[in-house]
Amino acid sequence: MELICPAGTPSALKSAIEAGADAIYCGFNDETNARNFPGLNFSRSELSEAITFAHGRGVKILVAINTFPRASALELWQRAVDDAVKAGADALILADIGLMDYAARHHPAQRLHVSVQAAAANPDAIAYYVETFGARRVVLPRVLSVPEIAAITREVSCETEVFVFGGLCVMAEGRCSLSSYATAKSPNMQGVCSPASHVAYAQTAQGVSSRLGGFTINQFAPDEPAGYPTLCKGRFSTELGAGYIFEDPVSLDATRLLSGLRDAGVSALKIEGRQRGRAYVESVVRHFRHALTALETGGEADVTRLKPFTEGQASTLGAYRKTWR
Amino acid sequence: MRSLFSTSTDALPLIPPLLGRAISPLPLPPLEFVLNGFLDRILSRNPQIFDRLGPHAGKRFAIKPTDLPFIFVIEAAAQRPCLSVVRELSADADAQISSSMANLLALVEGRLDGDALMFSRQLAIEGDVEAVLALRNAIDDARLDMAAEIGGLFGPLGEPVRRLLGAARDAILRSAQLQDRLS
Repeated sequence: MELICPAGTPSALKSAIEAGADAIYCGFNDETNARNFPGLNFSRSELSEAITFAHGRGVKILVAINTFPRASALELWQRAVDDAVKAGADALILADIGLMDYAARHHPAQRLHVSVQAAAANPDAIAYYVETFGARRVVLPRVLSVPEIAAITREVSCETEVFVFGGLCVMAEGRCSLSSYATAKSPNMQGVCSPASHVAYAQTAQGVSSRLGGFTINQFAPDEPAGYPTLCKGRFSTELGAGYIFEDPVSLDATRLLSGLRDAGVSALKIEGRQRGRAYVESVVRHFRHALTALETGGEADVTRLKPFTEGQASTLGAYRKTWR
Repeated sequence: MRSLFSTSTDALPLIPPLLGRAISPLPLPPLEFVLNGFLDRILSRNPQIFDRLGPHAGKRFAIKPTDLPFIFVIEAAAQRPCLSVVRELSADADAQISSSMANLLALVEGRLDGDALMFSRQLAIEGDVEAVLALRNAIDDARLDMAAEIGGLFGPLGEPVRRLLGAARDAILRSAQLQDRLS
């Protein structure tokens, strides 16, 4: 299985390569990718240099252009496709049907992957992308169990890729508008879920409170592990009591499921976290490189090693091992 | 460069409170003079930092080591970067970043992940979070080596200074990793 690793900067990309990445995904520094955060991502020249650097070391570069274009600004997204192809990207990760159509028509030889943002979670949906645009791989949403992934992988005629570590989005990806309601900025069209411009922290005697778009969404006691300031991981008071109503602050860690994912026929394992620093990239990539080696040699991987990097200092197998039905 | 968290889940050591109190009365202008030279050197050797800071380059970042009696206020403006050392935080800072001195240095070198420090509550941010994020990403991409940067201020003595500081840094990192394995 290929190890697909995140990079938000050229330095993080080098760290990922040094740590054992087979392929790296990254994006341009604009709203064409779903991690459009300040100081992050690649200029055109940085991407070209990164691709030359990676290819010289046998590593592939996948370019995420995985937000949904505004009808009035299609050119920005189409130019991103053209520039990524020109730079020599090994694959484009796309979510929007119109953009995929553009890429397939103008760059028929370019390998296309269906982004998790497309929320293609069943064989019929995936078949549409494969048959219509020639998509070669689909990144599956993080809402499927391992048996469901195995069933889908058997039925579809393209490769499947699944997340094994990092932020856990449990919503219909590419469709969630929770953050938009609070900030008027869209995760799906502008690439900003909980944009930093709308986040505020306040240190008080009771701990730290996090606000998004002026709404207090959580408060952590002085020694309580914290999570990202996203509404889906907010703590709210309702008629049923106070607490997390969507999901706890927790990260996906599928280290112990690697053999099951291999047996399911999965082609590639993805690490989330283009917004994270080099220390995260280096450590998490190295961990999964060791775990994959252990899988081949019959060894055992340390399943506790990545706890310091997890949101809320806790990990979960998420939907991969469903216990609620 | 291996990250600290590749083997450690423990916090880096704090500066002893007694030492913090002992250096508290020291005059600040000489420290400011040295640190401004240091800042000039880093920014002139790593101009890409300004690209990543973008519109946040002129903002005032108050860096507050929780185990030192000083606050460093950095204004990373391309034309006239400035670093001042104060004892009390002024109200005009755009953002405040607080953590132990060792954590802050490890962050600057990309040995720690800022989000992980936030999750474990070892890092606190107030004010303009967007500017802090831009700063974090700019610094992380720059691959700074603080021992080498400080050594560069010492002219012909630079290399021995770099080696000395690098050895001290590595000893502190190893001690944290050892503590973690023993805990």
